[in-house]
Amino acid sequence: MSTAAAGRLPMPGMKVYNLKLGMWIFLLSEVMFFTGLIGSYIILRFAHPEHFAAPGVVLNVPLTAFNTFVLICSSVTMVKAFAAVEQGDQKGLQRWLLATIALGTFFVGVQAVEYSVLSSEGFVPMAELYHAVGRGAVHAEGAAEAAVVGGPLYGATFYAMTGFHGAHVSIGVLCLLYVYWRARKGKYSAASLGGVEIMGLYWHFVDLVWILLFTIVYLI
Amino acid sequence: MDVLSWLLPESFSTFGRDIDRLYYVILWITGVVFVLTEGLLVWILVRYRHREGRRAAHIHGHRTLEMVWTTVTGVIVLGLAVASTGVWHHVKRDVPAGAMEVIVTAKQYEWNVTYPGPDGLLGTDDDFTRRNALDVPDARPVLVHLRSEDVIHSFFLPELRVKQDALPGKSIRVWFEATRPGTYVIGCAELCGLGHYRMQGQLTVHAAADYQDWMQAALAEADQ
Amino acid sequence: MSTSEAAVQAHLHEHGGHDHEEPFLRKYIFCTDHKMIARQFLFMSLFFLLVGGLLAAMMRWQLGFPSQPMPGAGGFPDTMAPGGIVLPEFYNSLVTMHGTIMIFFAIMPLLVGLFGNLLIPLQIGAPDMAFPRLNMASFWIAVPAGLLMLSSFFVEGGAAGAGWTSYAPLSASGEWTGVYLGQQLWLVSLIVLGFSSLAGAVNYITTIISMRAPGMTWFRLPLSTWALFITAILVLLAIPILTGALIMLLFDQTIGTGFFRPEVGGEPILWQHLFWFFGHPEVYILILPAMGITSDVLANRARKPIFGYHAMVLAIIAIAFLGWIVWGHHMFQSGMNPLLGTSFMISTMAIAVPSAIKTFNWLGTLWHGDIHLDVPMLHALSFVSMFIIGGLSGIFMANTPVDMYIHDTYFIVAHIHYVLFGGSLFAIFAGITFWFPKMFGRMMHEGVGKVHFVLTFILYNIVFFPMHNLGLRGMMRRLYDPTQYEYLQPLQPMNEFISIAAFGLVTVQFLFAGNFVWSLFRGRTAGPNPWKSNTLEWSVPSPPPHGNFDGMPVVYRGPYEYSHPDAAEDYWPQNQPPPPEVGPGPEVALSPAPEGVGP
Repeated sequence: MSTAAAGRLPMPGMKVYNLKLGMWIFLLSEVMFFTGLIGSYIILRFAHPEHFAAPGVVLNVPLTAFNTFVLICSSVTMVKAFAAVEQGDQKGLQRWLLATIALGTFFVGVQAVEYSVLSSEGFVPMAELYHAVGRGAVHAEGAAEAAVVGGPLYGATFYAMTGFHGAHVSIGVLCLLYVYWRARKGKYSAASLGGVEIMGLYWHFVDLVWILLFTIVYLI
Repeated sequence: MDVLSWLLPESFSTFGRDIDRLYYVILWITGVVFVLTEGLLVWILVRYRHREGRRAAHIHGHRTLEMVWTTVTGVIVLGLAVASTGVWHHVKRDVPAGAMEVIVTAKQYEWNVTYPGPDGLLGTDDDFTRRNALDVPDARPVLVHLRSEDVIHSFFLPELRVKQDALPGKSIRVWFEATRPGTYVIGCAELCGLGHYRMQGQLTVHAAADYQDWMQAALAEADQ
Repeated sequence: MSTSEAAVQAHLHEHGGHDHEEPFLRKYIFCTDHKMIARQFLFMSLFFLLVGGLLAAMMRWQLGFPSQPMPGAGGFPDTMAPGGIVLPEFYNSLVTMHGTIMIFFAIMPLLVGLFGNLLIPLQIGAPDMAFPRLNMASFWIAVPAGLLMLSSFFVEGGAAGAGWTSYAPLSASGEWTGVYLGQQLWLVSLIVLGFSSLAGAVNYITTIISMRAPGMTWFRLPLSTWALFITAILVLLAIPILTGALIMLLFDQTIGTGFFRPEVGGEPILWQHLFWFFGHPEVYILILPAMGITSDVLANRARKPIFGYHAMVLAIIAIAFLGWIVWGHHMFQSGMNPLLGTSFMISTMAIAVPSAIKTFNWLGTLWHGDIHLDVPMLHALSFVSMFIIGGLSGIFMANTPVDMYIHDTYFIVAHIHYVLFGGSLFAIFAGITFWFPKMFGRMMHEGVGKVHFVLTFILYNIVFFPMHNLGLRGMMRRLYDPTQYEYLQPLQPMNEFISIAAFGLVTVQFLFAGNFVWSLFRGRTAGPNPWKSNTLEWSVPSPPPHGNFDGMPVVYRGPYEYSHPDAAEDYWPQNQPPPPEVGPGPEVALSPAPEGVGP
């Protein structure tokens, strides 16, 4: 019953099937979620510029730029996966899905390493514990006495924005694993590729959001 | 019963009259609309109630009528908005020159008032602070620098038609000019914790001539 | 009628045995049928409506009889009401939880969860929602959210006490209220509930866009479906803003971030902007479906087409659009820039226009009608008359200088209850009594229904109308004990009177509950179309079988063709084929062409 209803196409001329339509609608909601976050960041940054540091002072921009490149590559592999299933190429589908999963996992891994390094340097979300001194001062003589760079809002907004995005990537990887598992069982074909397509929509969205966040959080 | 009155209690600030006038304008407009629409509703219900053999008219709408009531409503409400901007800016922005300045600092659950002392300047050595008591001269604008030490409170002088939230981390300018000596209430209008209901102070408006005497007495009291 | 009735009979035979094959758990608990999910939302929300009402009764006790022991309440824990005397911190919890439960767990799931699920597939001619399993998840996510909310009463420190708006920094740290875990549970519960609402919204929008029956064009949709469609869009776009803000506040509470804590540089006013940017669309989430329901009931019981159908649809869309740019009118006295206040005042006044259009169109719908004053109609009419009051009182507060005096007083308490109780809840009563036969196959008892209506209407007005006047005397809201202020002491007899009426108001709701339960088992059997309505849900049996329609219904006309001159009956169902254009043919005998209507 449920699948029959979900796949039904009652209006003549309706080209978009429900699953894809539903995903687009869901992504609109996601847009609002990140709009709220980014809007809050902008308000806080304008109200308290002294809480924020210039690009590269605290954050490791080259590392994250590389990570951004990795995530963009994962969008390419996702496109390849969809192209493969459109051709009915089961092996190709599985291969490219696996590549996307690997790249996504790598991205989250790099983020985890970044978090642990930053927090060991005093860049933490907890307001009372915040004592980031900047990358230049951490390993220099007398790091303990170095002046604190930025303020608690910097830490809180950084972790909130990148953390929510990281959670979206992680959930995406879990969904990709599910799609991969179904692909292994041969559930997708050129005639039935909705699952792969909406997975792709979500993945590209998460990618797009990251490019925006990277620009706002790291580069500006 | 007096309690059920739609008249406002008397106001004792210069702009209180302006606010009250706007209120009465709105009361008249909404009152007339209220009587007309509810009356029409009741009349229709009686006139067109179900009777054996009655058949409703098949009407889908009336373009002109719909245009008319849309336009009229739009003109009235937007006119109200435009007509109110003057009072609003007068109340919230135009602090008159020569105002007496005080600092009111709200904290759970009290109002602390810092006075400029005899030199009339805030931030000097002769400043002094009194708890839950704001004393001002009448017929002179008073500028309050409103602050909060903990959560959001709302500085409410019902008899003077003043209300302004006190925000922690900010200093907000509120002004008023009392028109009659007397004592008035300072209430808290924003839920601020379990003692919100007893966060109460007193505004005393002195006759301008007596105010310096009061200041000397208060200063002497503060020095002890 | 005859063909659809025959179809209905055939359908009954086909599905009669089929239903019994479903195991109990699949049929009643983890069910994917939109009608069952609607009923699940109904029962859940009515439970929360009762809880919210009892919380209100306790508040009213404290307001009417400050610091006297509640009768028969000696068993309350000492942390809430030792010896039955409400403590200030418990009063704040009551204020907070009454608002939160009524808005998020009673009115919203009734309007969106119940009517959205029940009406959308049936009115558009679809067999079910686009995503039935997601739909089931939507309900089963709401249940734990509700349990979390209720459980917060019983944790150390009690339930959240910073108001349903939970203004930071009061809500951002337990040190200001003494409530730690309770506030966190409040936040987590609303975050969880957000996922439920989101799942519902995605489902409704997809279903309405892509699963309408042939011929069901956008401008043939019944207004309740239109309203639910726009509401779903508001939910979709507003809820994520709230969720983001709630998570930030939760971080402030738990790990000590400083988003809203000014002592470490945060911005308390940011919370208000985020909350009301969600909160004002939320207000329309709570009223638009009620307007849709009212429109359907009014047209049907006045046997007349909706006056200005297109204007009604455009008004819904205009309200939804303008609803995004008026949030600042909740914050006129918050310390925001007065110029910003002016622009919010103008946008707020502008939103009065579509609301007025709707009101006048409802009056136009009734005008020259054949008005049947039965229970759903009485409730729908009181929606209109109470919405007029709620709308007019809103103009006072939209006016920034006047708002300076009445902001955060009982005037706003009166206003919100005229909109949410006088408005939404009366429309909910109208909707439940109108669609009860469709949900359960039986009619509700008319006599008891009328008694319940009359008592509710009178007591409701006695309780809430004088609150305007209390506000005009300067009585602040959320005040544990108004007698602490000398100038409020003369109001105490009125507070006492309101409280007594409020207890009556809560009590007479048991008439509705009794009628509801009695009618479930003993009500008169309804038949498919007891109200002689045009819309598609009435063309199928009551309750409709799994899959709703026997084959695909075809829609020939708009939903409000009542008393059409070409029809013998005073209604003309949307799916009834039109009479043949040319001379009597073989189909005429089969077609339900009414007498006297020929080529």
